[in-house]
Amino acid sequence: MTVPVGGETPAVGTGAPAVGNGTPVDGERRISGRGTRGHARIAEAFARARAEDRAALIIYLTAAYPDVATSHACFEAAVEAGADVLEVGIPFSDPMMDGPVIQAANQHVLESGVGVTGQLELVAGLGHLDVPKLAMTYVTIADTRGYDAFAAELAASDVSGVILPDLPVSEAEPWLGAAARHELATVFLASSVSTDARLAAIGRTSSGWVYAAGLLGVTGVNALVGEVTRELVERVRTHTDLPVAVGIGVKDRDSAAEVARFADGVIVGSAVVRAAGMGEPATAPERVGALVRELRAGVADRR
Amino acid sequence: MSILTPPPETIAAREGYFGDFGGQYVPEALSGALSQLVDAWGDARNDPAFEAELDDLRRNYGGRPTPLYRAGRLSEEAGVEVWLKREDLAHTGSHKLNNVVGQALLTRRMGKPRVIAETGAGQHGVATATAAALFGLECTVYMGAEDCRRQRLNVVRMQLLGAEVVPVESGTRTLKDAINEAMRDWVTNVDSTHYLIGSAMGPHPFPTLVRELQKVISVESRQQFAAQAGGVPDAVIACVGGGSNAIGSFADWIEVDGVELIGIEAAGEGVGSGRSAATISEGRQAVLHGSRSIALVDDDGQVRPAHSVSAGLDYPGVGPEHAHLAASGRGTYLAATDEEALFGFRRTSELEGIIPALEPAHAVGWLLRHGRAHLGDGARVVLTMSGRGDKDVDEVVEVAGWDVGVDRAFGADTAAGGADVTVADPARQGEQGVAPGDAP
Repeated sequence: MTVPVGGETPAVGTGAPAVGNGTPVDGERRISGRGTRGHARIAEAFARARAEDRAALIIYLTAAYPDVATSHACFEAAVEAGADVLEVGIPFSDPMMDGPVIQAANQHVLESGVGVTGQLELVAGLGHLDVPKLAMTYVTIADTRGYDAFAAELAASDVSGVILPDLPVSEAEPWLGAAARHELATVFLASSVSTDARLAAIGRTSSGWVYAAGLLGVTGVNALVGEVTRELVERVRTHTDLPVAVGIGVKDRDSAAEVARFADGVIVGSAVVRAAGMGEPATAPERVGALVRELRAGVADRR
Repeated sequence: MSILTPPPETIAAREGYFGDFGGQYVPEALSGALSQLVDAWGDARNDPAFEAELDDLRRNYGGRPTPLYRAGRLSEEAGVEVWLKREDLAHTGSHKLNNVVGQALLTRRMGKPRVIAETGAGQHGVATATAAALFGLECTVYMGAEDCRRQRLNVVRMQLLGAEVVPVESGTRTLKDAINEAMRDWVTNVDSTHYLIGSAMGPHPFPTLVRELQKVISVESRQQFAAQAGGVPDAVIACVGGGSNAIGSFADWIEVDGVELIGIEAAGEGVGSGRSAATISEGRQAVLHGSRSIALVDDDGQVRPAHSVSAGLDYPGVGPEHAHLAASGRGTYLAATDEEALFGFRRTSELEGIIPALEPAHAVGWLLRHGRAHLGDGARVVLTMSGRGDKDVDEVVEVAGWDVGVDRAFGADTAAGGADVTVADPARQGEQGVAPGDAP
């Protein structure tokens, strides 16, 4: 199978490649999220930020946390305060890559009884927000519904792309086929311990952007290490023309500004979820908005 | 295997897969550590010095080979000829050291100063703490807070051995949550740390590595059975949680036609009761803890809490090779309830003077209740006694209500103590078809 190289975007028609689930691979066809509408929307958001000489601000919030109505208002507040892209966390019972804050938010939503269908309805209700939305969840959630069915549901909910932190490129082919069929981008993670060969595969396979992990670790626990992260971003750039965004370890205006000096995007999750969850739900949107405004000032501060 | 290379014809041909099951579903941060482990294991297998050191440790430190023992009184009661593979007699009291010593040697070869482990019943944690002491490694063991309570003796043993025991309060506070925490630690400290996975689960190469290190159980039992009993048994039986003792018990027999491989899962309060850990009986294909296998998940893909009286089997997943053996029909996977396990626990103690761990007590309980019907009169079986039961005594006392005797707890007399104790509930026992007084 061939995977497109660099920033060239080969056309992937809607009669997209059939891969996985026992269907034979057609070697002549190409899988790339870069031909998708989802990728195009995300690319626009990064281009807009670049035109303003700043990094794009990507805000993660757990769907339906602390409740559906508050969650809806928090997403609106984040966009109003300057988020360029939203990551919508679809809770999973065993979130291996997440630290205590997002674990607790996941657990809270699961106990509240709002299931994946309800969470996606919430996302569909954010159509008035003019930013691309990506679903961030774990393989098991996608896999249990079936990759194709899950991708179809996401697309129907106005989602532009997907991040599955426990799906490395080496296991991704069946998912990529489904994502391409439903016009979704797929963002892969790169780590400072990834070999060059793996970074090359990540660079070729990713669409939307490449997610560079700011530290070795789970979300929301430690602060990122600037020099290591900068080196990783530079290594990723030698393998792809996609935007490179940094997440894990960014929590405030200063760390956002530090990352914005060398990355195309800054991803903040746990700090925003913490803001949403601490205190009264009624004032959660205000807290989220205040933090996102700070972060937005940070990503524009590239001195 | 990477996306850079042409995909094979079928997923079955992929490295690290057993049929449709296996793989490496892990965060990118672990990719380097997994390939390092694949390489270290590959090198070690070609190094006679590794094999020699492993063999020496197994014999002179670990107490191998373990005996194969014909359990006469148990045979009489079961109606089949029972040979117990006595892993309970190995150092640390279970089969777990087989795997741990091998991985500790690999840890040293990789130059890592620290190991972490998950543990359910505490047996793998104790074995890991033991090897860490032996090799001078720093050791942290993650254990569900609920399991710490159930298996306090093993917590103390690990602490004595110099390990840090971290009670895990998240999720269901049992084995699956301990694995999540161990994975998070590994993602964070991957440069210095080897995650010494204790079962035949997790991302490739762990399921293969653990099988190869546990295979010594069946290599020995095959030779011993031929020498002591003659020929081959009709069946090999082992309990299955994640599946390390079972895969080790099966491995050398897989190629032998006519030997049925029977894995006994923990059915808790019964298959279909909603309080069970019988993953293969009740689960569906899912990705859990780094590999594609079978797991207890709901329609949304959320992992359902498992339940078993045995902390070591209280796990909603199973190793991918077992999923494959089940799917291919080579393995037969059945289940025993809490009540059957407690019955097996008591009868093995009374009839053989062997107090079994609650985990293999499931296999004994199944054999006593269903073995003759399944296998036929006079069948010959090898059953892996994967660990000894000292650690379970407190739990059994609590569950069974000690002061009126263990027997009474199996009858209809709810005055036996714990009203909150599920096995003492006569109504539920009736549903399971266990009549009062059923226990001898």
